[in-house]
Amino acid sequence: MTAYDIATDRDAEPRSVKKFGVRLPTIGTERLLPFILPVATLLAWQFLSSIGWISSRIMPAPSAVGVAFIDQLRSGDLLRDMAVSGGRALAGLLVGGSIGLALGIANGIWKLSEQLTDTSLQMLRTIPHLAMIPLVILWFGIGEESKLFLTSLGVLFPVYLNTFHGVRNVDRDLLEMGRVYGMSGLTLFRKVILPGALPSIFVGLRYALGIMWLTLIVSESIAASSGIGHMANEAREFMMTDVVVLSLLIYAALGKLADMIARALERRCLSWNPVYQK
Amino acid sequence: MTLQAQTISNPATIAGPLAIRLRDVTKRFGDNSVLRGIDLDVPAGQFLAIVGKSGCGKSTLLRLLVGLDAQSSGSIDFSDADGRQVAANARIVFQEPRLLPWASVLDNVVVGLGEGVEARQTQRDALAALDEVQLSEKASDWPSVLSGGQRQRVALARALVSKPSLLVLDEPLGALDALTRITMQQLVSRVKQTLGFTAVLVTHDVSEAVHLADRVIVLDQGRIALDLDVTTAHPRKHGDPALAVLERRLLDAILGDS
Repeated sequence: MTAYDIATDRDAEPRSVKKFGVRLPTIGTERLLPFILPVATLLAWQFLSSIGWISSRIMPAPSAVGVAFIDQLRSGDLLRDMAVSGGRALAGLLVGGSIGLALGIANGIWKLSEQLTDTSLQMLRTIPHLAMIPLVILWFGIGEESKLFLTSLGVLFPVYLNTFHGVRNVDRDLLEMGRVYGMSGLTLFRKVILPGALPSIFVGLRYALGIMWLTLIVSESIAASSGIGHMANEAREFMMTDVVVLSLLIYAALGKLADMIARALERRCLSWNPVYQK
Repeated sequence: MTLQAQTISNPATIAGPLAIRLRDVTKRFGDNSVLRGIDLDVPAGQFLAIVGKSGCGKSTLLRLLVGLDAQSSGSIDFSDADGRQVAANARIVFQEPRLLPWASVLDNVVVGLGEGVEARQTQRDALAALDEVQLSEKASDWPSVLSGGQRQRVALARALVSKPSLLVLDEPLGALDALTRITMQQLVSRVKQTLGFTAVLVTHDVSEAVHLADRVIVLDQGRIALDLDVTTAHPRKHGDPALAVLERRLLDAILGDS
């Protein structure tokens, strides 16, 4: 969608520029435009911090965050914590995502499976999974299991719901065509049902990625001895606001990266869909 | 052999057109009788058109022929040129193209070959079928870039690629514009002459029926109301006076008593 929007904007721009008689620099204007606001904010923030209007206890100057970034990078802590957090996120996504995908497909195809599990899943879904943190700590302590459990649980439901919906809404006409042309069982699933459900599964995946990071941040801040969340929490105890802000920025960057990977995958797998064609 | 719902035979086993024999075929949905004792013999290689108003039972009859539904009572038999009873090797072209949007044009045609055919042979057959409908240059495109008429031609290629002994057409040209429809009619007529399968066309377009078919039956309230042979030689011209007379008779039979 976005790729398409940008393309239209590009086509439209030269005309609107002429219309208002403003001569903007032509090279990459439309690429730079989104960054004007953040850069201006950063500059203002840096300026206000250096003249002492913003206390470094409340908000560190951007330069201080930059310095903290380099320090943490040099000591090796940052990369280690990022690797730990990334590994947890991926493990939770794999475990929760596969369970959600399998249940969604099974319930979409088999009436019996749906009748057996759907109501229970819908009931479990209404419990905010973060509300289970006290119980999870009692069960697993603050080890890796607690993080894996919470992230998997958070990721499971969006993947399940969207997969189920996708499988259920595969075009009936195509299914009938498949049967008339002799497809059954696995062939029908591979050639018609799965590709038909894929757009919806991707929606579930991208939604799950958001929940994955959210769960990880919360569980790492409350109960962890490593990871970005732990880094932020430790920095809070020593009043190191620069490191706290740095960890927020890293979460944002990791979240964006995950979404970009999911989008790239989506564009590749759904290239047959006119929406994703250039 | 009586055709059960969901039994679709292996296309590779039978060659040559099939004869169809229906005896006292009825179909009820609850209390509603859609077909009431249809007796019909379709000789091998005939092009039969079934016309009638909406709800006359023509689509139901067609679904019975390809095994998408089972009749409530009566029998439907298929036999080959030697008179032996065989399973139907039927292929269907729907009103909508029903192409897989995530498969290339060529792969959509390959669907028509079913499972278990060697890959290289499959590609060659599919390309040949696309060539038959003059779309071989679109083989690697997505269906979404094709026009409505082109999509329906791909659907026709998918139906023809397995060299079916029975081709069933469910208002296949109904959604196309008038000019595309005429070219498609010529195409269907041409492949019918070349490949020689038995064809059953369901349509509400009487002019299309007399243009394509060797025989037209009118279905009314689940019964055969009129059975007409069309003897004009192929290729037929639109506006041929002999066909116009037949068209008039068919229209009278369809609309007459209402």
